[in-house]
Amino acid sequence: MDVINLVQARDPSFIQDVESESGQHVASCYQCGNCTAGCPAGFAYDMQAHQIMRGVQLGLKDQVLGAKSLWMCLSCSTCSQRCPNNIDVAAVMETLRHMARREGRVAVPRVNKFWLSFLDTVRYCGRTYELGVMALYMLRSLRVFTDVDLAPQALAKRKLDLIPHGAPDGGAEAVGRIVERYKKRCEREGVRP
Amino acid sequence: MKFAYYPGCSSTGTSADYEKSTRAVCRALGVQLEDIPGWNCCGSTPAHAVDTELSAALCARNLDIAARLGAEKLLTPCPSCLSNLRHAAHRMEDPAFRSRVNELLDEPCAETFPQTYSVMQALGDVFDTDLIAQRAGQKLKGLKLAPYYGCLMSRPAEIMRFGDPENPTLMENLLAACGAEVLDFPLKTDCCGASHGIPERSVTARLSGRILQMAQTMNADALVVACPLCQMNLDLRQRQAAKAAGTEFNIPVLYFTQVMGLAFGLSPRELGFEKLCVSPQPLLDKLAAARRTDASDRKVNS
Repeated sequence: MDVINLVQARDPSFIQDVESESGQHVASCYQCGNCTAGCPAGFAYDMQAHQIMRGVQLGLKDQVLGAKSLWMCLSCSTCSQRCPNNIDVAAVMETLRHMARREGRVAVPRVNKFWLSFLDTVRYCGRTYELGVMALYMLRSLRVFTDVDLAPQALAKRKLDLIPHGAPDGGAEAVGRIVERYKKRCEREGVRP
Repeated sequence: MKFAYYPGCSSTGTSADYEKSTRAVCRALGVQLEDIPGWNCCGSTPAHAVDTELSAALCARNLDIAARLGAEKLLTPCPSCLSNLRHAAHRMEDPAFRSRVNELLDEPCAETFPQTYSVMQALGDVFDTDLIAQRAGQKLKGLKLAPYYGCLMSRPAEIMRFGDPENPTLMENLLAACGAEVLDFPLKTDCCGASHGIPERSVTARLSGRILQMAQTMNADALVVACPLCQMNLDLRQRQAAKAAGTEFNIPVLYFTQVMGLAFGLSPRELGFEKLCVSPQPLLDKLAAARRTDASDRKVNS
């Protein structure tokens, strides 16, 4: 069993940061485990949802922001729904994801790579372009055979557009400007976009 | 009756059948949908997972255009789009958040936005089930359907306002009004694995597999869904789920609008049935057989 040195590992400001950014009162978690019991992705977690909550309470910033669980979470909000103390656990998970990204700590890079590939196509087309997402994701992750088993059917059923449908009426350009301003602001504020 | 309409990105590709059948069913009910001109992606899961303000800015541009159209209500078929649009509107009630979002837009957006609803909610609100039942001339008698909402339609409860967040019943009411036998599907708000299909396939295969397994055990003729991503995970990825579970599935996965359209007497072609990966033919045959029996019964009785 891992032993955690609570004297050295604690960052007492962590719970305050998480609470103010998520708007959730994490301190009221009493470890009933309902969030974990209902979590559909729990089997792929390294720290279960209630352990993440306890980690936040204890100020175990390093452990919590390094958890794979943050990236395996499906944002289904079952945990929030079932929390007897009305903590929006999914919102806490999302805040932790944001904090981890800003600190350059992405424990499951391929999930992040998929998200960035998706957002790239939105930036350039104003709308999602599925084939583009796949291509960019394969390049980023070097997983070139991902889902090739689906290609024949997806193409035969014309599930995938071969050419991107940009948002018309200036939509694509407007989205490009939104993303540009977002990136510039991140740079100004010294956070990772 | 007229609504502003936000189709969402999957409407042009992976869920073109949802789009087609939504428009066909709305037309049949006399509901007019006016597309938001130049609409853009809501950012889906990736945007809010990366940054809440970026996600809200992408949504706010659409809400702003809808507000300028003078629309009171905005409809979207996709629960993920709906969730993002509603979260954005909700978060922008906070002035500090709103001004951070406005910084990202070309110009500050409208002060008030139209209320956003899913197509399913709007149909349920506007038409009571008696009206739907009257319109459903071709009853779906004999079809056993498993309603599946997925996670976003009803959660978080205070944002989505869709009845009991773990036991919504609107789809059941609509399908029953169409004359189908509606199963009490215990996994109806469980997660299908959502957007992990590409980066973490084993998670999605396992979660979708549970849902398909349950539908199979309950002898459902089809799973009925309201979400383009659920549909893709359960239909296009059905073989991946079966492989992961070491079994075989053969369960058609239909959008609720496709089912309603069938009851309204629209043709499978008008409802985009050719886009379905798992063939709906057995279900269509069963329906045709039930209708033949019905017709010959009527003949005997008359």
